Amino acid sequence: TSAVMAVVCGRKLQAALGGRLRAGPWAPLRSVAAAAPLYDVVVSGGGMVGSAMAAVLGHDIHFHDKKIALLEAGPRKEYDRMPSSYSNRVSSISPGSATLLSSFGAWDHVCSLRLKPFRRMQVWDACSEAMIVFEKDDLDDMGYIVENDVIMSALTKQLDAVADRVEVFYRSRAVGYTWPLPSHSCDTSPWVQIELADGRRLQTRLLIGADGHNSVVRKEAEINNIEHRYDQSAVVATLHLSEATDNNVAWQRFLPTGPIALLPLSDTASSLVWSTSHEHALELLAVDEESFVDSINSAFWSNVNHSDFIDTAGAVFRSAISLLKPSGTAVRQLPPSVAKVDPESRAMFPLGMGHATEYVQHRVALIGDAAHRVHPLAGQGVNLGFGDIACLAHHLSAAAFNGSDLGSLKHLLKFETERQRHNVSLIAAIDVLKRLYSTRLAPLVLLRTWGLQATNALPPVKVRI
Amino acid sequence: QLSFFRLTIKRLFSTSHSSVDPKEIKKFQLLAHKWWDEEGEYSALHSMNDIRVPFIRDTLLNMSSNYHLGNPLSGVKILDVGCGGGLLSEPLGRLGASVTGIDPLEDNIRTADRHKSFDPVLAKRIQYKSSSLEEMVEECMETFDVIVASEVVEHVADLEMFIKCCFQVLKPGGSLFITTINKTQLSYVLGIVVAEKIIGIVPEGTHEWEKFVPPEELERLLESNGFSVKTVNGMLYNPLSGSWSWMESTSINYAMHAVKSGAQGQSNPTGAVSEMESEQPPATAGTTM
Repeated sequence: TSAVMAVVCGRKLQAALGGRLRAGPWAPLRSVAAAAPLYDVVVSGGGMVGSAMAAVLGHDIHFHDKKIALLEAGPRKEYDRMPSSYSNRVSSISPGSATLLSSFGAWDHVCSLRLKPFRRMQVWDACSEAMIVFEKDDLDDMGYIVENDVIMSALTKQLDAVADRVEVFYRSRAVGYTWPLPSHSCDTSPWVQIELADGRRLQTRLLIGADGHNSVVRKEAEINNIEHRYDQSAVVATLHLSEATDNNVAWQRFLPTGPIALLPLSDTASSLVWSTSHEHALELLAVDEESFVDSINSAFWSNVNHSDFIDTAGAVFRSAISLLKPSGTAVRQLPPSVAKVDPESRAMFPLGMGHATEYVQHRVALIGDAAHRVHPLAGQGVNLGFGDIACLAHHLSAAAFNGSDLGSLKHLLKFETERQRHNVSLIAAIDVLKRLYSTRLAPLVLLRTWGLQATNALPPVKVRI
Repeated sequence: QLSFFRLTIKRLFSTSHSSVDPKEIKKFQLLAHKWWDEEGEYSALHSMNDIRVPFIRDTLLNMSSNYHLGNPLSGVKILDVGCGGGLLSEPLGRLGASVTGIDPLEDNIRTADRHKSFDPVLAKRIQYKSSSLEEMVEECMETFDVIVASEVVEHVADLEMFIKCCFQVLKPGGSLFITTINKTQLSYVLGIVVAEKIIGIVPEGTHEWEKFVPPEELERLLESNGFSVKTVNGMLYNPLSGSWSWMESTSINYAMHAVKSGAQGQSNPTGAVSEMESEQPPATAGTTM
């Protein structure tokens, strides 16, 4: 896809240009810079990914004597008590991300607040009977649905626990960055200079940009970003089911306008993530609650998009598969029906995709949405960010234990290579899936129908996903 | 210039073929500001840190029972002989050690001082001096816990003298770490012909094969001068990846760790001949494919 090509070309071009030189403002004279406090690492952006990054480093034994700062533009939020109603912003946390969070004690906090493990994921098409079911052979959890506020509460607690090493600056927005030359001359500071909105200055050996898909760090570092705004918005809401159930299945149906997903929160509540056209999203927010609930139920249950041709073709394929691989067709479960929506819980936000051509430069690294932004249809967004953290922390910890300069490109490039290798194919695949499922055209529906059925029948492919 | 005077004395009194040539000194002076360009002439020395720093760190941690993984070399006094631009002194300083770096070439010391000056942590932990090892002996008897002589002994005129000086400056039970090049046909072909003349990753004329030191010879000299050799490891440079790794064979590059025994040292070396223990800054070592 174009994303892959651009990444490959971007890196080659940079190499040809002899390294990653920026045209930004150069480092100030030593005398001017001397006054600003010098940190080993500054993380810009205090969301889930930025906070987790700072917490992981703060708990790392090789960072025991280092100084870390976290810059967050918003105020400090107190999470002492979780409200009884669920927040409408939730994330699907993979087992790998849970492992990362437990490595510094945050997962215990999450478990003591609230979360919902799910065992099974059923994904099916609105235009055919094709379906794919993901579940683990052992009775382990596939993943966890956790409110973003719960994750932030756990992260804040663990940041407080290492307050002697990690300084969190709330209500602090960085307005300017000054970059050092790679092989500095004797007159300019070798550190990254950061200017805050209130005029305070910081210096750092390594700047980590975790400031979201409109990353200022990325823009100021003049790193190219391949981005594309989807013609879709996501509608989120907290829903109440008609009847209590085990509710340990995540449901996703691909409608021609976009996927609708029901993520379990408890035995009686689920979170809605419905990606659809901007107009439809506005409509959904505007109608009364009863009509809203009706639209959701209809989206999951109605077969209006089926065509006889596709249904027959699908059935034929299915019987072919069952001849070859008798266990290759799973039992189709029925999603729960929705009774009520939490008032005030409906909201929408626009969707897009993005990928930075470089994740690192001298003394700079990008993680999370600043580096890559995906469609929520695969529930991967924050997990990719946590994966970035695990990889970068591993390399920084080794570098600290080797006495290396933390901002050195040598280990930063290793992080970039590892993560781009992992991320690019997944991001491209999600983008392709999004486009493939945004159509009613028979040939493409057939393709994806057979593709989905085949994938459902093939264990090795399913396991990789 | 004291160093230049010493050079002249050396050429008058030395019978061995001197590698100190004013032309060579000038060549290295030209490179004195290139130390910190990680992709430049000294790139192989930069990447050598990836194996020599863990080697030093882990050997010392294994010998000690009281350390913190966040500051592993805290409290350790290290002498970096032939420190050049400070490529090895800085990581050792970051790990918590108090480092004294010495080099006969003043320009190297100037580069090293300048580079560490921006970093408040390093500025405190590292001191550089333009000096020879003998000059240190007079003031620093039994002062250091560790001596590091990386890519230095292949440039030394009188190796036994050098080792005797190391002995005097080390505390009893202290460690000496040496990395250098073996004297074999292979090291001639790869370390000089290929590295210098063909690929050109080492500036031509940096090394003289005659002065390369076989590990058996180095071990003999160390053992007969109050040291006990603990470890010898072969090192291998891959010019394609630009990285170093350990290997069984010591036929090209190798690293050695020796410990000063608690026994009495040899008598003080005196005499009119003042030796240059490090006539040239450590340059990129021999390579192999």
